[in-house]
Amino acid sequence: MTIKDLKKTESFNAFMNGLWRDHPIFSLILGICSALAVSNRVENALAMGAGVTFVLLATALIISSLRNLVPMRVRIITYMITIASFVIIVDKFLKAYFPTISESIGPYVGLIITNCIIMGRAEAFYIQNKLGKSVMDALGNGLGYTFTLTVIAVVRELLGFGTILGFTVMPEGFTPWVVMAMAPGAFFVLALFIWISRTITGMESK
Amino acid sequence: MALTLLTVFAAAVLTHNMALTYLLGMCPFISLSRSLRTASGMGIAVVFVVTLTAIINWPIYNLILVPTGTELIYYIVFIIVIAASVQLVEMIMERFFPPLQAAFGIFLPLITVNCIVLAVSLFMVIREYNYLTTVVFAFGSAVGWTIAIVIVAAINEKLRLIADIPKGMTGPGIIMVILGIIALSFLGFAGVVNL
Repeated sequence: MTIKDLKKTESFNAFMNGLWRDHPIFSLILGICSALAVSNRVENALAMGAGVTFVLLATALIISSLRNLVPMRVRIITYMITIASFVIIVDKFLKAYFPTISESIGPYVGLIITNCIIMGRAEAFYIQNKLGKSVMDALGNGLGYTFTLTVIAVVRELLGFGTILGFTVMPEGFTPWVVMAMAPGAFFVLALFIWISRTITGMESK
Repeated sequence: MALTLLTVFAAAVLTHNMALTYLLGMCPFISLSRSLRTASGMGIAVVFVVTLTAIINWPIYNLILVPTGTELIYYIVFIIVIAASVQLVEMIMERFFPPLQAAFGIFLPLITVNCIVLAVSLFMVIREYNYLTTVVFAFGSAVGWTIAIVIVAAINEKLRLIADIPKGMTGPGIIMVILGIIALSFLGFAGVVNL
């Protein structure tokens, strides 16, 4: 299969839509809740991104496999219980293997449950589509989310602490912009990010 | 005791504001902060639901989950309690207070997936608050969040009339800038209370 053929397949389209075209933060700006507060350090952003990607994949797997068995009326509660169960796994995993990260992200891991992306994708996509397509969509959305969060975190950590992933990269004598490490910094960087990405993709405002 | 409660309340509203310090509950900011009316409707609904779920969740966690050693599943329990109580409030309102339902009933389903409802319950567990403190903290957090969304909505409403906002910045972009500036000004409260 050449790349040209690949581009026509449904799975590839589902993946690309998640990663770039229908990107959660680019266009829908959902899922911001749990994203912003952990974006002051790159390692936190990566951990959070990995957590969300895992939960998305697992939810896609479960919901898509059960789509013909779940009665329409109880589907929302099915999503919630599925998502919450996998969030518990992520939380315990971080606590066991990355205790420092777990401590600094604190309650935000639990808040993956209310992340609009996962619930939104489950309702809009996984409940109606086949397993393969759903998993690709989940992978695309998860990576897109991780990418956005990491970009914001790189800017904030670089300016707020002068480091990236804990390594000092700024020259000596650099004064950290304290505000970047605090809440207002997150808002300003996200605003700039939205502005730049919208200008590049030429998206209309809704 | 009264002083502790006052400190917790002031911290939740001013220095540790859910929206401006913990950056929680951002979805409604983007979708609802276009008019002051909808923003305050959502605010009232949030204050009500957040306080109610904290009142229900604290006994469930401390009197049922902890003694039976099943704290592991508290995420699942909390989210189901939240979803169920929102549903219940909606049904009660529809039956007994139709005007109230018409005014902010449409916001209730949205609240289930609003992070601050779950966040308040999670903070309550992490900080090991007692019952009374939890209720005050929940109420204060919701009031703080409401203040933030009302300010943003008021500014946004005027801004949309007069300002010449760059094309890519309209909508969510400009809301983030407004939030950033308000968060900066709320930093001025730092040191008023210490948690």
